[in-house]
Amino acid sequence: MPKLPLLPARTRPARPGEGSGALDPIEAATEAGLTVVDWLDERTALSPGIRWLLFRKVPRGINWAYTLGSATLFAFLSQAVTGVFLAMYYRPSINSAYESIRNINDNVFLGQFVHGMHKWGASVMIALIFLHMARVFFFGAYKYPRELTWVIGVVLLILTLAMGFTGYLLPFDQRSYWATIVGVNINGTGPFIGPYLSDFLRGGPDWGATTLSRFYSIHMLLIPGLMAALIGFHLYLVTKLGISAAPWLNATEPEEVVEVVEV
Amino acid sequence: MNQAQKEEYLREYSILKNQGKPFFPYAVAKDSIMAAIVLLVIMLLSLEFGAELGPKVNPTTTTYVPRPDWYFFFLFEILRVMRNVPKFTDMATIGVPTLCMIMLFLLPFYDRSPERLITRRPVALASGLATIVVIAFLTYSGANTGSPNEVDLSPPSGLTAAQVQVFRAGELVVGESGCGACHEIGDNGNNGPGPPLTHIGSKRLPGAIAATLRNPTAPMPSFANLAHQSPTKFRDLVEFLSMLQ
Repeated sequence: MPKLPLLPARTRPARPGEGSGALDPIEAATEAGLTVVDWLDERTALSPGIRWLLFRKVPRGINWAYTLGSATLFAFLSQAVTGVFLAMYYRPSINSAYESIRNINDNVFLGQFVHGMHKWGASVMIALIFLHMARVFFFGAYKYPRELTWVIGVVLLILTLAMGFTGYLLPFDQRSYWATIVGVNINGTGPFIGPYLSDFLRGGPDWGATTLSRFYSIHMLLIPGLMAALIGFHLYLVTKLGISAAPWLNATEPEEVVEVVEV
Repeated sequence: MNQAQKEEYLREYSILKNQGKPFFPYAVAKDSIMAAIVLLVIMLLSLEFGAELGPKVNPTTTTYVPRPDWYFFFLFEILRVMRNVPKFTDMATIGVPTLCMIMLFLLPFYDRSPERLITRRPVALASGLATIVVIAFLTYSGANTGSPNEVDLSPPSGLTAAQVQVFRAGELVVGESGCGACHEIGDNGNNGPGPPLTHIGSKRLPGAIAATLRNPTAPMPSFANLAHQSPTKFRDLVEFLSMLQ
């Protein structure tokens, strides 16, 4: 009768404080991902925040109308990415702006496609932001406790329109130039801050060499920076307060609450 | 909302929230599908319509169409309609949008009822729908307005055939130069920021008109180049304006 194969004698695991604590290479390789996450989490303590963001519950009855906000955010991100690529080729000076856009359209690889995405992305973003606002309005989602979320949303709407206005000048063709002149002059007729606002936009009382670079800087640094910060705050509030429930649903006490637990 | 209503809302909301599903992956999945649709629509629009570039900027003259993008058509239309009432033009171009903005900002503070279902909020339903209809109507009519650089006037009576010819030629130069962007001429052009030119001939002598064209007050562009390059056009322009009695 053959001998029963005995399990190899197991080494006693090291007591805390004994040994080096190093894993053998294969074990270490299989846990590489976890190790990296642990390393990051040990230093940043981000995992509770991520869990709070991703695994919060959204109320039942959420439908497609609730995706309009994130769709607007996505359009903003698309504008940011296409805008970065356009900025690589655009030259904001009155002598070369038009030619640089012409160069983007005619010579740069996929240039006209990216330029078109940026141009039409603006329209899509504005359409989405209005639809999102209509959803929030008709669902009464701006009411307690989400008033501040609404106010920030209105600021974001105005900034988005300001993006449309400042971006319109940049191709520097006839249409954009004259439309912007009319727009800036309308700004100038506003009460109190009107004249200061149009002086700020023009960089002085008259159109000058710096007006275009001023619009460019406002369009790609000032407003996007403000928008990114406010979008962050908007999303923080959405997560903190929870996505509003569908107004036609009535809350009923869940049965578990009254369930008799047998001991 | 008073304290009791607030607590009632928070209690009902926490029940509905607890009956829901986790944000990841359920809501994230829907949002991702929507994001893909948005990206697809943007790409299709870009492929279909591209990003055509108009003629290069020329601050002095030539034809142009000063039109905003479609999302400003409603403002553009308010401006166009209100330019006939100079007293209220500023109120329309700045006042109405500012008022709308303030109303939007303060919405949660004047609409304080706890009711959220739109069918039980008749005032909100009516004003929301009215706003949509008004914006849609203004956008539609703003989109269909003729180009503001078209100038079409009937020549004053008592002109000789040659004078009518000059009148028509000058009218064309005014249209090409885009004076209508800032000046009102009869039923054409925008009222402001420049002064109306409808009766400019009775207020200024031809010499004064020519001097202003050469040496205008900013932001009006100078027409000295035009006078230098095509004196005939410049003369037609001055004579046309002088005929506007």
